Amino acid sequence: MQDWLGPAEWQAVALSLRVSFWATLASLPLGILVAYALARWRFPGKQVLNGLVHLPLILPPVVTGYVLLLTFGTQGPLGRILADWGVVLAFRWTGAAVAAAVMAFPLMVRAIRLSIEAVDPKLEQASATLGASPLWVFLTVTLPMALPGIIAGTILAFAKAMGEFGATITFVSNIPGQTRTIPSAIYAFLQVPGGEASAMRLVIVSVVVAMAALLLSELIGRRVAARVGGT
Amino acid sequence: MLEVSLTHDFGGFKLDAAFKAPPGVTVLFGRSGSGKTTIVNAVAGLLMPQHGRIASGDWVLLDTDRNIRLRPHKRRLGYVFQEGRLFPHLSVRQNLAYGAWFAPKDAPRENTARVVDMLGIGPLMDRRPAALSGGEKQRVAIGRALLSAPKLILADEPLAALDDARKAEILPYFERLRDEVSVPILYVSHSASEVARLATTVVALDNGRVMAQGPAADVLGNPQLRPGGARDVGAVLTARILRHHDDGLTELEAGGLPLFLPHVTASPGTGLRIRIAAHDVILSRDRPQGLSALNILPGTIAEMRAGDGPGAIVALDTAAGRVLARVTRRSANAMGLAPGVQVHAVIKTVAVAATDIGAVG
Repeated sequence: MQDWLGPAEWQAVALSLRVSFWATLASLPLGILVAYALARWRFPGKQVLNGLVHLPLILPPVVTGYVLLLTFGTQGPLGRILADWGVVLAFRWTGAAVAAAVMAFPLMVRAIRLSIEAVDPKLEQASATLGASPLWVFLTVTLPMALPGIIAGTILAFAKAMGEFGATITFVSNIPGQTRTIPSAIYAFLQVPGGEASAMRLVIVSVVVAMAALLLSELIGRRVAARVGGT
Repeated sequence: MLEVSLTHDFGGFKLDAAFKAPPGVTVLFGRSGSGKTTIVNAVAGLLMPQHGRIASGDWVLLDTDRNIRLRPHKRRLGYVFQEGRLFPHLSVRQNLAYGAWFAPKDAPRENTARVVDMLGIGPLMDRRPAALSGGEKQRVAIGRALLSAPKLILADEPLAALDDARKAEILPYFERLRDEVSVPILYVSHSASEVARLATTVVALDNGRVMAQGPAADVLGNPQLRPGGARDVGAVLTARILRHHDDGLTELEAGGLPLFLPHVTASPGTGLRIRIAAHDVILSRDRPQGLSALNILPGTIAEMRAGDGPGAIVALDTAAGRVLARVTRRSANAMGLAPGVQVHAVIKTVAVAATDIGAVG
């Protein structure tokens, strides 16, 4: 693969995989928590939380990127606090991961929320009467039964993170080796004469990764569903 | 002894019930909508009533006056639900082990092998619930509840979702539970034959209130009550098998009187409870002659209740025990039936269904 892809292209592919992997993995626990809260809890501000989670889906990605820049940039309120701890997001690959995570979050939460809502609360009640505390009910009944949706949501989020462009380029720019993910690289290649071949190879990589992710989620989802529900 | 007293206003339906559940099986008996399931869910902690106290000695599950409301998982109950509610992602073995895992280490436990053997679920251990029949699911559900080392077993119409053949399959397991396991059982039912076969104590409910409570024979033999509806009125006799006859009949003895029933698969000496449905009993002033019915029990009328319709319930005390008969008011008048009058209760042998015959607890 490294022979077929040039070093600049390979760099973009490797960076994209790294950014998407960490973006997905790091946001998964929060995604499950938020999905569970939206599916099962009643609390004031639930609709506000729901709206906030879904905002990146509806806003222009450039706006989301700009908001991230204002918040997490070196002069931003959160960015300054993080900088005190030695964490700088702006113009780093970690920032690209944050942008990808924020953009992929609504898709992840939606899929997980639907699968948690599909878990019969009567089974959770049965678990409680057998002595399971709420945390154990969640770990031994809700979570395993919602697993197909969690896997689907995770893979969907990964695919979305791989394709994120607008928010990433606004927040962390387009720095080779740092923040030049596949979409940014394709954009950059198309800006220079003779870059079409490189762009096309990255397009092919994008399509392959996206298709692989879809097939994988179908496959795992079906297997887990058969194991969990027997249906 | 478990003592329960609850009040809860649902707006439109008010539950106001208090009863005591001594050891054995206490059946909450009543029509749908009488508040049975609500009470069981309150005992389980799945519903928190506005006022109430649920306690057995110093084991207090709920006491709204003292602001004690144990969460469901702290109550140490085994709940057998109507629909089983087995965990579909776990094998039978894992389902059975689920409750035991959360029980305190020093809790008195049933032996898993013995329970598996008693319920006949050994061959199912590695299957998943989806691969079980309705009756098998309910047996596993009973085992799961029993193995969680509960202080009390709750069962909410555990047979209601099964067909008659499966009901006949599961009911004996509850009889064995009653007779072989020391854990008290609170059992919800609207079926007279289940009540007659299982109940040590009956709590008759109607519209959220307790109409009567006491030993099964007393409550079911009370002509003033019909918690299951008029068609379900019937008293319970306790009898012992004397011998099996060649013509397919089983002869029993109840209070010195012979009783003939269709063949009962149990050995002589076995004690049985037999529910005699009130509409299967014919009354006669004189001892009838030349009648096909084999069972004639002489007795004295203790009590009568005229219904809203054409019927009346006559309670008869015989040497075999209390018998209820449902006759028309017209016949009752014509025969001059009244408390104190001597009559004979005529019971057709074949009228007693196998589902109305159970083991004595």
